[in-house]
Amino acid sequence: MKWIGAALLAASFLLPPFLAGDFYINLASQILIAAIFALSLNLLVGFGGMTSLGHASYLGVAAYISALLTSRYGLGHGTSAIVSITGTTAMAACFGVIALRATGLGFLMITLALSQVLWGLAYRMSNVTNGDNGIAGLTRPMPFGISLDSAASFYWFALVVATLAFLMMATFVSSSFGSSLKGVRDQPRRMAALGFNPWMIRWITFVYAGFWGGVSGLLYVYYNKYIHPTSLSTTGSAEALLGVIAGGSGTLGGPVVGAALVLLLKNYASAYIERWNMLLGVVFLFIVLVMPTGIVPGLSRLLTGLRRGSR
Amino acid sequence: MQFWIIQGLNSLSLGGLLFLLSSGFSLIFGLMRLANLTHGAFFMLGTYFGATALRSWDGLNIWAAALGAGIAVAAIGGLFERLVLTRLKTNPLGQVLVTLGMSFIISDACLMLWGGDPIPVPTPQNLQSPTRVFGFVFPTYRLVLVGCAIGAGIVLYFLLERTRLGAMIRAGVDDRQMARAVGIPVSNLFTVVFCLGAGIAGAGGVLGGPILSAYPGLDADMLPLALIVVILGGIGSLLGAFIGSFIIGFIYTFGTALFPELAYVILFLPMIFVIAFRPQGLFGRVGA
Repeated sequence: MKWIGAALLAASFLLPPFLAGDFYINLASQILIAAIFALSLNLLVGFGGMTSLGHASYLGVAAYISALLTSRYGLGHGTSAIVSITGTTAMAACFGVIALRATGLGFLMITLALSQVLWGLAYRMSNVTNGDNGIAGLTRPMPFGISLDSAASFYWFALVVATLAFLMMATFVSSSFGSSLKGVRDQPRRMAALGFNPWMIRWITFVYAGFWGGVSGLLYVYYNKYIHPTSLSTTGSAEALLGVIAGGSGTLGGPVVGAALVLLLKNYASAYIERWNMLLGVVFLFIVLVMPTGIVPGLSRLLTGLRRGSR
Repeated sequence: MQFWIIQGLNSLSLGGLLFLLSSGFSLIFGLMRLANLTHGAFFMLGTYFGATALRSWDGLNIWAAALGAGIAVAAIGGLFERLVLTRLKTNPLGQVLVTLGMSFIISDACLMLWGGDPIPVPTPQNLQSPTRVFGFVFPTYRLVLVGCAIGAGIVLYFLLERTRLGAMIRAGVDDRQMARAVGIPVSNLFTVVFCLGAGIAGAGGVLGGPILSAYPGLDADMLPLALIVVILGGIGSLLGAFIGSFIIGFIYTFGTALFPELAYVILFLPMIFVIAFRPQGLFGRVGA
């Protein structure tokens, strides 16, 4: 039973480039990017109990750094990728020091304020970021000389990065450090009494989540070959958070499912109606009121219930 | 000299507006432990209501428009609180997400109803002529706005400190369970405070209209300012919101005038400073 499930899962990720047209392959690539982003946010929200509303900062800043370095300063993709990931992670380290002075709602408000500041900067520093026009005409990298310009080749590239990201984040949360993180989420005082340093555990997680947020930002800018201040907006953070919560925060599969759902909804809805933000708001209300624990925990509860019933 | 005085006045009027916005936010947070992310949208809704009313009825008084828009926004806020937020009493994270969702709905509805072009709000005619004080020329409306904010601050202070309702709210802020136990209808208080906060934001939106005008994205511009004000002043403190508003008003105005591109960065320096040395904010209490 378990093996069939795993085979189906693997097939659903491996088959798209052979079966589907470019539109669907591109959609699948976007889902992979959104999944990495949601997984990194889930480290904070689900496993760390730190609800951040500013996660788009890492995606946007990594994308902007890479875009500026490759287009304006003519650096190669390898160098700019390293600089942009390092810069984004360093920014996460600074933001973590600020935001983790508070917990709970205070943390949420500080992350939101910080990300709004970055969003405002991207709009207003138009001599650097080109403001509302965004930066267009970017290129995709060519790892080992392989061009990523076709939809399928980019999909394989994104799949490799996403698999790596998934495995590394899965290892992170199942490690002993991950256990102490969950401990700090549930019982910070007891953990402190046991000799752990809750602040340090949260901060390391924050920086690690910022790192993977930056990685998804790089993929994002490679995929779109364009960057605009909306990539830093609260809507971006909120979409990812909705994906995490809709899929099931604190699970590994949940954010992937949730991110895919949000993205599919966004793509299909925008074909019929223009009001994506309103729909996003309505879905928020619906998920929180009707399915507060998310889809994946709900489904797995249903499945175990069925299995028990069939025995 | 003229520059400093005019910018100083602009800072004061922005500070006044920010107080109208953040006092409600702070009040709601203090009582309900709820970061109301719809607050910027309430402000924007007020501005749009005011702009529509003032442009369709000639000679409508801006104070009447502010009162009407305030009541309308308060009613919307009250409905939202009764129908949605009360269902999520035990789920603070859910409440925040719902307010975020609501802010998306409101801002998109505004875009749908009023379109993407900014709608200017006319300055009241009797306040259009400038005032001369000590040989300096001031725009009268901005002076009046500062007066409004101070007036609102005083009324709120007396409401909270000198009335029965205020005493009940303070009891609810300090110890919700105990307040319930002695018979204070805390759940109804939540609705009252939410309506009050939303209403002040809506009225503030109308009063801010002549300076800011109504445009899509006004909510996203105002919400971070409100957040920074309450983080700076101390969450749940009226005095903190007051002082914080004027500090941010000054920093933002002078920042924009002197270093236009870096205004946003300068804005969060005081926030970082306060968080580093006094995480509960200038006037916040520990544990609040």
